Amino acid sequence: MQETAATNPALEAPPATDVIIRAEGIEKYYAQPSQNRIQVIAPTDLSIVPGEILALLGPSGSGKSTMLRMLTGLSTPSAGQVFWHGTPIHEAEINVSIVFQSFALFPWLTVLENVEAPLQARGVAPAERRERSMRMIDMVGLDGFEAAYPKELSGGMRQRVGFARALVVEPEVLFMDEPFSALDVLTADNLRSELLELWTKKTMPTKAVFLVTHNIEEAVLLADRIIVLGRNPGRIRTDFPVHLPHPRDRKAEAFTQLVDYIYKVLTRPDVAPAAAPGQPGAVRDQRQMGYQMLPHARPGGIAGLLELLLDRGGRDDMYRLADDLAFEIDDLLPIVDAAQLLGFLKVEEGDAVITPSGEEFANSEILRQKELFRNAALENVLLLRQIRRALDAKSDHTVREDFFLDLLDEQFSEEEGQRQMDTAVTWGRYGEIFDFDAARRRFVLPDALDEEIAAGEDAS
Amino acid sequence: MNLPHPLARSLVTVRKGPFFIDLGVAACALAAFFAVVSTGVYWFQKPMPVVPISSSVSVLPLYAFYSIVRMIIAYFLSLAFAVTYGYIAAYNARVEPWMIAVLDILQSIPVLSFLPPVVLAMVALVPGHQLGIEMAVIFLIFTGQSWNLAFSFYTSLKTIPREMLEASRIYRYSAWQRFWQLEMPFSAIGLVWNSIVSVAGGWFALIFCETFTMGARNFQLPGLGSYIQTATNGGDVHALLAGIGAVIVIVVATDQQVWRPLIAWSDKFKFEQVESADEVKSPILELIRHSKICQTLPGKIWSRIEEPLYERLAQTRECRVVKPLDAQAGKTSPVLYALAAAGALAVCWAAAQAILMLKSVTLADLRLLLEGAAATFLRVNAALLISAAWTIPVGVAIGLNLRLARVVQPVAQIMASVPATAFFPVLLIGLVKLGGGLGIGSIALMLLGTQWYVLFNVIAGAIAIPSDLREVASLYHFTRWQRWTKLILPGIFPYLITGMVTASGGAWNASVMAEYSHVQGATLQTIGLGAQIDAATDSGSFSMLLMATMMISLMVVTMNRLVWRRLYRLAETRFKLES
Ligand SMILES: Nc1ncnc2c1ncn2[C@@H]1O[C@H](COP(=O)(O)OP(=O)(O)OP(=O)(O)O)[C@@H](O)[C@H]1O
Ligand SMILES: [Mg+2]
Repeated sequence: MQETAATNPALEAPPATDVIIRAEGIEKYYAQPSQNRIQVIAPTDLSIVPGEILALLGPSGSGKSTMLRMLTGLSTPSAGQVFWHGTPIHEAEINVSIVFQSFALFPWLTVLENVEAPLQARGVAPAERRERSMRMIDMVGLDGFEAAYPKELSGGMRQRVGFARALVVEPEVLFMDEPFSALDVLTADNLRSELLELWTKKTMPTKAVFLVTHNIEEAVLLADRIIVLGRNPGRIRTDFPVHLPHPRDRKAEAFTQLVDYIYKVLTRPDVAPAAAPGQPGAVRDQRQMGYQMLPHARPGGIAGLLELLLDRGGRDDMYRLADDLAFEIDDLLPIVDAAQLLGFLKVEEGDAVITPSGEEFANSEILRQKELFRNAALENVLLLRQIRRALDAKSDHTVREDFFLDLLDEQFSEEEGQRQMDTAVTWGRYGEIFDFDAARRRFVLPDALDEEIAAGEDAS
Repeated sequence: MNLPHPLARSLVTVRKGPFFIDLGVAACALAAFFAVVSTGVYWFQKPMPVVPISSSVSVLPLYAFYSIVRMIIAYFLSLAFAVTYGYIAAYNARVEPWMIAVLDILQSIPVLSFLPPVVLAMVALVPGHQLGIEMAVIFLIFTGQSWNLAFSFYTSLKTIPREMLEASRIYRYSAWQRFWQLEMPFSAIGLVWNSIVSVAGGWFALIFCETFTMGARNFQLPGLGSYIQTATNGGDVHALLAGIGAVIVIVVATDQQVWRPLIAWSDKFKFEQVESADEVKSPILELIRHSKICQTLPGKIWSRIEEPLYERLAQTRECRVVKPLDAQAGKTSPVLYALAAAGALAVCWAAAQAILMLKSVTLADLRLLLEGAAATFLRVNAALLISAAWTIPVGVAIGLNLRLARVVQPVAQIMASVPATAFFPVLLIGLVKLGGGLGIGSIALMLLGTQWYVLFNVIAGAIAIPSDLREVASLYHFTRWQRWTKLILPGIFPYLITGMVTASGGAWNASVMAEYSHVQGATLQTIGLGAQIDAATDSGSFSMLLMATMMISLMVVTMNRLVWRRLYRLAETRFKLES
């Protein structure tokens, strides 16, 4: 069953002529060395219509950037098609801009030259080019800095240059890939409100904005419509309009309710896997396979979260937890996921609830904690169980890392496979399930450690 | 002080090409060799004038001028080649592994091995004229310069950050605009540093190649190299010193007038997003920057040319449509496949012919070659070890004393640029006087050229050890042993490897010159692969030349892959000090 969310009927079927960019059943997979393909984006339909700011939200690695690149024509979908005003995107003369997370300014060009460059590509005459660029630089509040080089500017000012360069071509759609996440909080806030002002006052001729972010508040603050992507493979979990008037008040009831709702969507345990699309070849859905995706959390973080939760009476709202800890959701979620995977915690209605085993864990002293962790990990995490079995089975009690990496590569990209392995090593070491000899890249049994502990226990 | 690792990076580029590609490339090289030799021998019957070399000091400026012109032509040829080659390799996934394998093998071949086939080819092109030899020498200098430049440009293109590429696509840059505003600026620093290494390599080759014998014939071009060699052969110490002096003056002048301004200028292409504190200063660049005409005129002329071009380009399809970055290469037409198959067949046939040529190599010859290979291998590594042994303590001592380092480092850089070939004769005459053989002497000759790269890099490494780490070491009262093993050696490791990789390439190349020489009418030689190559050139024995070159190339490529590349990886990952 494909999960489709509550969509606004008015938005679902806009008049065909009005749609600027329309994606039909686009999906993306990457080839793996082992003949498999990793599906990053499941078949997805999406439209960008005039007059709205569309925010794409999702956890890290859910394919937001991939989606943006397919919609701009920078990346070809593995299947499906993207249309620009009804023509296939690679035949159309499209007019879009992208604001990048890393700014992507050319450090050897001055601010003015950076802003002028896109106009030069379009063959605009020098005089007009200069005039339009200067106007744009004024508009983003950088007058006086035309001759400066990007490296002489602060991060916020650099992103202003990024905006000037994006807006100078008067794009029909302005794409942004986490434009504020490399900036400090105050600067980001400032830029956001200035952007919103340009948009609401129609100072820029842009007809639609497409914003990729993993900051929920940012999405709710800016967007007229929010799409939440799920992970493995990336797919639309929900797609809904936001009707709050601008400027929006973060403290308002409606605002926090919406933020809360999105938290719930993001933290809701996965529903049953969607039926595999009728694809030829071995497109595999990660959820149907053996290894769980290990959340990249440290055991110390898990213990800390559980202790905090116990302190709060064993149940607390995730949003409040993140807020109190001054965490981004992307930082908190892996820890929650990990605790949930180990059976220490459950998520109900956006609340984190500690389980009896979690309670015991949080109440124990460190050696007992390690033991509980070991038991829970061996019971719940296939990879750790396999490594331990292999170690026990071999006469020399050591196994090469490559062996398991190869197995992981069947299922994850090479990079993610290595990350999975790193997390497994951290967990295994903490739980004394095994030790890892980083120099030889081999797993070994923690014999020495075991003996020491045994000796200690005997003595007491 | 931040040093890019130009040559080392090029030697150890990550490559994914399978083994058969190397084989295929080697086959192509063999085929080319056969083609050139068989056509050249035919033309070689024609007479060729020999220009006599004067040993008067007053002709030195003229000779220097000739040599410099040769260098300049060869350098710009190399640059053009490097940019074209790197560009094609980086943007054509299908030929990329082949082209990189070709470079890998080419850069392992000593310059001198190119000499006979190149001379034959050029003489065949321009029979009975000095121009043929002129072109041959320029081409030889080119072979000493272009490979690392091409590698550098290729690696730069491959490391352009993805978002910048995406920006250039989404803003619909033409290939022209992308080249001048993204690719060239991004590669500029690598190209400048590699040019320094390249030109040093060019001088090295030039001094050796202006005079040579092949078979029974002597070839000579007026120039600094032949001046020095004639002086050596005649035992004219006065003229020899004058010649060496001229070379040093040119090298120092190039360093001051060309490289320093270029390095200072290329600072603007640094990709770091923060302004760095210490930069190379160049008075000449300041002068140019303060001159109104130099500042505005070139820009004006350039935009005259460029503006109409941009207007025209904007109308092309390329500039109206956003092209995906991950576009699949189109289907190759069957005609191309057929052509490729025919080409492969021809290559196989010619390669087989070249190998058949080898059958004149007797078993005794082969034994000699193998012994020579072992001897040269030992010598090269001895030279490397000796360089490391003295440069590590000295370089660290200098590097930890910033004031001293500021003085010594530029000097070491210049020393690395002075072609060792210019000093060979002095050493050789000394050896003859002392009655010593070339066996040990050739190690000294190799050292002459290679140790400076190591010194230069070790100093840079010692400077780069963060001062807070040094403070920690003194705070905890590290013993001398601990300081060296925990702090200094790991700190300089990446730099040391960079220097050693460069030095190892240089030492192999130098072995050819160091193991065999004509001095004062006599021939000095010792057993070694280099000597074999030299002797084969002198006697015009192509089969020996081919065999010896194949062995040297095989050894260098193997060493690079088995040792240097691994050490370099290690340096890049484990021992990288983030600053
Ligand atoms: N060239 C590639 N080859 C293989 N896998 C890839 C490639 N590019 C992206 N991926 C994978 O696709 C998934 C989605 O990546 P993407 O960058 O689109 O995510 P994202 O939502 O933008 O994440 P983030 O929030 O970290 O920016 C990731 O798991 C990534 O590992
Ligand atoms: Mg992203």
